[in-house]
Amino acid sequence: MNKWKRQFLAGPYLIWIAGFLVLPLAFILYYALSRSDGSLTLENILAIASPVHRKALLLSLRIALICTFFCIVLSYPLAMILNKIRSRHQNLIVFIFILPMWMNFMLRILAWKMLLSNNGVINSILEFLGLPGIDILNTPTAVIFCMVYDFLPFMILPIYNSMARISPDLIEAARDLGAGNARVFFKIILPLTVSGVVSGIIMVFIPALTSFAISDLLGGGKVLMIGNVIEQSFMQEYNWNLGSGLSFVLMIFVIVSMMLMNSHDKEGGGAGIW
Amino acid sequence: MDKKLVDLKNLTKSYDNSIVLDNLNLYIRENEFLTLLGPSGCGKTTTLRLIGGFEQPDSGQIIFDGADITALPANQRQLNTVFQKYSLFPHMNIAENIAFGLKIKKKSKQYIEDKIKYALKLVNLDGFEKRSVDSLSGGQQQRIAIARAIVNEPKLLLLDEPLGALDLKLRQDMQYELIRLKEELGITFIYVTHDQEEALTMSDTIVVMNQGYIQQIGTPEDIYNEPKNAFVADFIGDSNLVDGLMLQDRLVEVLGVKLPCVDEGFGRNKAVDVVIRPEDVELVAPEQGFFTGDVTSLIFKGVHWEIEVMANGFEWLIHTTQMHEVGSHVGLRVDPFNIQIMRKPENSAEEAVETDE
Repeated sequence: MNKWKRQFLAGPYLIWIAGFLVLPLAFILYYALSRSDGSLTLENILAIASPVHRKALLLSLRIALICTFFCIVLSYPLAMILNKIRSRHQNLIVFIFILPMWMNFMLRILAWKMLLSNNGVINSILEFLGLPGIDILNTPTAVIFCMVYDFLPFMILPIYNSMARISPDLIEAARDLGAGNARVFFKIILPLTVSGVVSGIIMVFIPALTSFAISDLLGGGKVLMIGNVIEQSFMQEYNWNLGSGLSFVLMIFVIVSMMLMNSHDKEGGGAGIW
Repeated sequence: MDKKLVDLKNLTKSYDNSIVLDNLNLYIRENEFLTLLGPSGCGKTTTLRLIGGFEQPDSGQIIFDGADITALPANQRQLNTVFQKYSLFPHMNIAENIAFGLKIKKKSKQYIEDKIKYALKLVNLDGFEKRSVDSLSGGQQQRIAIARAIVNEPKLLLLDEPLGALDLKLRQDMQYELIRLKEELGITFIYVTHDQEEALTMSDTIVVMNQGYIQQIGTPEDIYNEPKNAFVADFIGDSNLVDGLMLQDRLVEVLGVKLPCVDEGFGRNKAVDVVIRPEDVELVAPEQGFFTGDVTSLIFKGVHWEIEVMANGFEWLIHTTQMHEVGSHVGLRVDPFNIQIMRKPENSAEEAVETDE
């Protein structure tokens, strides 16, 4: 009797899961596997192989990989420095690094548009200094710039957390046994922060892969990521079947990359969020 | 035993303007088991960390094996440390942990393998090579930490409260293990603890520290039987610490009673601290006692009874094998050689003053 009562308490959540997770997924699957007249087909799934879509997917993968790479390269030393600052202000400094995350997403993208545009702040400064201007707006480079900026905190935090968890005793023990700086880093610090890096990769790579707002605003319609293609098929072509098919393929990519990563992320340091 | 292995000269260290060590001088002989004993904040751990190279002294010198190592970084010192929290590397198995120092020294594979086997045998954990750190109990982890340190054949092993996190029974077992290890290996041990019993059990020499100053250096027997001041007497073991007046040589007045003692050279009518160990107080018939009073508490401790007697305005702590009911009227006697007389500190600054050997 008691057991039944307790299971009854799960009722609202079951309704929620059914209504907002299972049902939508079923719809996506249904749309993906059918034509607009309702007949079954695989062509929406296979549409990924068409040159335009394949190009968009590959570009997305490339941009997401480059973005993740730069995030790691920037975050790791930064996390080390943050971890070294053993002062009362440590929390404040970490807070400052994370602060931009709480600013409106669109605002941050538009800010980059202003900075990077031909008459923008950066070009004005370069011109003032007598240096040649840059013309990267509406290119993948601009998209990557903004993505790295936006997603950096998601990389810093897990790496910083994994680093802060390393007891100073371990470093001292390694030194005591004769390890110099390089060996302490490669044998102790790096292996013990792998889980943080993996979490960071998951938290940066997946949103970078599926994002469409950044490439939309900073790509000027010239940088077509898979997210943009999906958005267009829903919003402009009203082809829900094609959009669902491409979404479905993208979801498989995300799930596979998460599974690959999760096999390394033993401590589950945040990967579950996505 | 005679050669000085470590010589600490005028070491001073402070953090944020509070002095932790003030002009500390201490030497450790080869093959000695030396214990730094004191309450937390007395500077014992700081002393150890200075020797280990994890901290730099503000001033002073550290001489190790004839060479000045004050400026040498920790990884180049020929000594090893066993940390309080074991500090095993969690991402390596037991064999990899033990091999860590040897690999750095570029020893051959065979040599390393033999050493691991030997060290595991030494700490009674044969066959643990492939185990993970997490699968070991606290006591086992601490043994591995010791094994990891000694395979490097250091001349000096520093132990920072290594048994602090273990339960009582295990701690006692490990004390004997450590004594055995030291005898087998012939390594000099510097051991830091706040546990006076541990210090008395294991040490050749005990250094009692308080507030950054050495209070007394001596063998466990010296420290227990002949404490140099009230702090040492109070910190080591239970004691009855009372104010006294040294009337003349061999005669001290305590709580209004003149007691014969064996101490000389304090002068006439000098205020002194008097220590009488609880096991040195004899309970006798009231008419035979120096003091008389009533038993106020009685606790059975296994080996002995712990009795408190209110006599002459002082609550005496007494360890005896004879039971006396609460409320019974008793007399207290003390043999002259069991009365320990100590000079009183003349001002508050002297209370923690350094008293070199």
